[in-house]
Amino acid sequence: MLDDREVERLEVEAVNSARIRQPLYTARQKVFPKRASGQFRQFKWVIMLITLGIYYLTPWLRWDRGPYAPDQAVLLDIANRRFYFFAIEIWPQEFFYVAGLLVMAGIGLFLVTSTVGRAWCGYTCPQTVWVDLFLVVERGIEGDRNARIKLDSAPWSLTKLWKRIAKHAIWLVIAVATGGAWIFYFADAPRLLGAFVTGQAEPVAYITVAILTATTYVFGGLMREQVCTYMCPWPRIQAAMLDENSLTVTYNDWRGEPRSRHAKKALAEGLSVGDCVDCNACVAVCPMGIDIRDGQQLECITCALCIDACDGVMDKIGKERGLISYATLADYQSNMAIATDRGTATIDPARVRDAQGKLDKGISHFHIRRLLRPRTFVYAGAWSLVGLGLLAALLSRDRLDINVLQDRNPQYVVLSDGSIRNGYTVKLLNMVPEPRSFELSIEGLPGAVMSVVGIDQRETRSITIDAEPDKLKTVRVYVRQPREQLGQGQGFSFVVVDRAGAERDVYAAKFNVPEIAR
Amino acid sequence: MGEKHIDELSGVETTGHEWDGITELNNPMPRWWLWTFYATVVWALAYTIAYPAWPMISSATTGVLGYSSRADVKNELAAAEAAKSDYIEAVKSNSVGDILADDKLRQLATAAGSAAFKVNCIQCHASGAQGSPGFPNLNDDEWLWGGSIDQIYKSIAHGVRFDGDENTHASEMPAFADIIEPKQVNEVAAYVASLSGTADTPELAAAGAKVFADNCAACHGDNAKGNKELGAPDLTDAIALYASGQAAIVSQVRHPKHGVMPAWGARLGDVNVKELAIFVHSLGGGE
Repeated sequence: MLDDREVERLEVEAVNSARIRQPLYTARQKVFPKRASGQFRQFKWVIMLITLGIYYLTPWLRWDRGPYAPDQAVLLDIANRRFYFFAIEIWPQEFFYVAGLLVMAGIGLFLVTSTVGRAWCGYTCPQTVWVDLFLVVERGIEGDRNARIKLDSAPWSLTKLWKRIAKHAIWLVIAVATGGAWIFYFADAPRLLGAFVTGQAEPVAYITVAILTATTYVFGGLMREQVCTYMCPWPRIQAAMLDENSLTVTYNDWRGEPRSRHAKKALAEGLSVGDCVDCNACVAVCPMGIDIRDGQQLECITCALCIDACDGVMDKIGKERGLISYATLADYQSNMAIATDRGTATIDPARVRDAQGKLDKGISHFHIRRLLRPRTFVYAGAWSLVGLGLLAALLSRDRLDINVLQDRNPQYVVLSDGSIRNGYTVKLLNMVPEPRSFELSIEGLPGAVMSVVGIDQRETRSITIDAEPDKLKTVRVYVRQPREQLGQGQGFSFVVVDRAGAERDVYAAKFNVPEIAR
Repeated sequence: MGEKHIDELSGVETTGHEWDGITELNNPMPRWWLWTFYATVVWALAYTIAYPAWPMISSATTGVLGYSSRADVKNELAAAEAAKSDYIEAVKSNSVGDILADDKLRQLATAAGSAAFKVNCIQCHASGAQGSPGFPNLNDDEWLWGGSIDQIYKSIAHGVRFDGDENTHASEMPAFADIIEPKQVNEVAAYVASLSGTADTPELAAAGAKVFADNCAACHGDNAKGNKELGAPDLTDAIALYASGQAAIVSQVRHPKHGVMPAWGARLGDVNVKELAIFVHSLGGGE
């Protein structure tokens, strides 16, 4: 066991801690997060790799859809109003799928928050991921925390100048790549990249890249934790969804207090001493510039780097890990009650330890059962329900659709033989990327025949119409009913059938006749 | 200005103004705000140099970029014309029959004709082309001067009984009040009405048949089916230009009304007339 005096102590101030935070209007005090290492840091590297990988690489995935549709796996073709996601193609009127996904994202966020707290903020929020990435660059060029502080306060020199230029240059490159990747979701990526670098792309592409470059650079490089603390509404909303059974990064002061820098000396003096050696490692690694030992606070994004930092120290001094840990408020309060003898005394670490110095059996540790409670079941249920509904809608959706607009001016036309004619604009939606041949026919309306402008002037009850791949086919249809059969029912149906398949769709239409003929 | 007042709590200088013990802090503007403000000032000055801005005695500065919104509109109109030129060329060089046979060209011409119709034709033929008494319904299958695409094209180009065009449709029905007896007028009216089943006095129809054969068949035909060369309407069908019924026929036989349509060829140009012909042909009655 190492003596706790050998633990490195850091001179660090939690600049964003509510206790010492400067009033608004004062310039921001910079945060210089120290490099952390441990299981959560490892986990965050993996998450960063996955999320950035998805973001940068997705537009380059190919997906063969035949000769009549683009081969980009994920494409939001706004110009042609088609949205492609692997095997799924969505037309604008099917955009409710996206609304459904957003509902799922919302409920999913409730579910995640009620179980693992602000995991979104700490691990997957783009702000967190890109700040992490920018910090990697910063550390690579300027060094870790102490070197950066020193450089920051040093007068301008050639070394400082080139380090700063190099850092900002790489940040800008990342920012351009970030903005650049965004536009590839909206057009064929290889073609757009070629056009983009040769100056042939649309102005909107350059404007979009410029805006996203600016936001990435400013938010990720310059503003960092201020975005979370001052700009983002999410911490305010999310705090309302946490309850006493949600996991959150917690300083377990029931075993840490009273903290002491000279534990042996204090022990020798007969004072009670907690596990916290006040080394400030947790403060130094915090990207938000807070002190987790102040308790739960709005600024904390639960990135868990302080857990890594503290676990490292606990290992060194031979104490159990978890002085800072993911814990629920319920567990924390129960343990706190033991440590303070139900709130009647100040914290005494002796109360949480047994004779061998191990943590007492009465101490509550997190158990997975905590997550299984009515609230999480309701969220999970609602989430699955929406998901299943969307899936069912997706699997049963039409790829052939018919819409009919009836002429209202004039409502009907009297022909020379006394028969009545109505005009209709029929829209056939061929929603697959292949040309198809449809059979359009009328059902009902005795004696009625139809003709289609530009296709076939002969009057029949059924007509073949060729539709281009993935296109809307609009035809003008005239339906005529002979004088003798007028008034025998005014309702009828337009029926469209895929001649090569079984797909069909029906539109219930109306036939207008003069009042005297009804 | 005397000594500085410093607020104790915040350590910020105050303006020295005090109301009921409340002093106003003299905080500086936020820097981002200030720099944005300076940037807008620079932008505004540069803008007035780059674009037309400063008023002079008789004109204004033109700006170093030489921008003019009038020239912009002119360019846009020229670009729109250029974009249409292929289509216009195709309409010019093809006959209406060929345009009708070309699916793409027909659709473009129909759309253009629809727009031209709304500007030039709906005053008489109504917005749905359904006409009104004296102005033919263009949706139905009864055509005074013929419903083929070429006939429609000719009617629009040269008009009907239009003085300013020598190729116009010119024939007129005489006023039979001066030619036949009133009794004969009633008889022939009963006969014509009976052809479409609307006669009030069918017993006169038999006598009317002879009057018809003597006076009317020359233009309207022996079977009263009309003659499109002369604009003589079919009298046997369910469509009447002015009104149906025996009384209306009496009036029309005695003192016929004659509609006039201007010749549009000289006024709108050939392209527009072709488009209108294609559109009218598409309304459902085209032959």
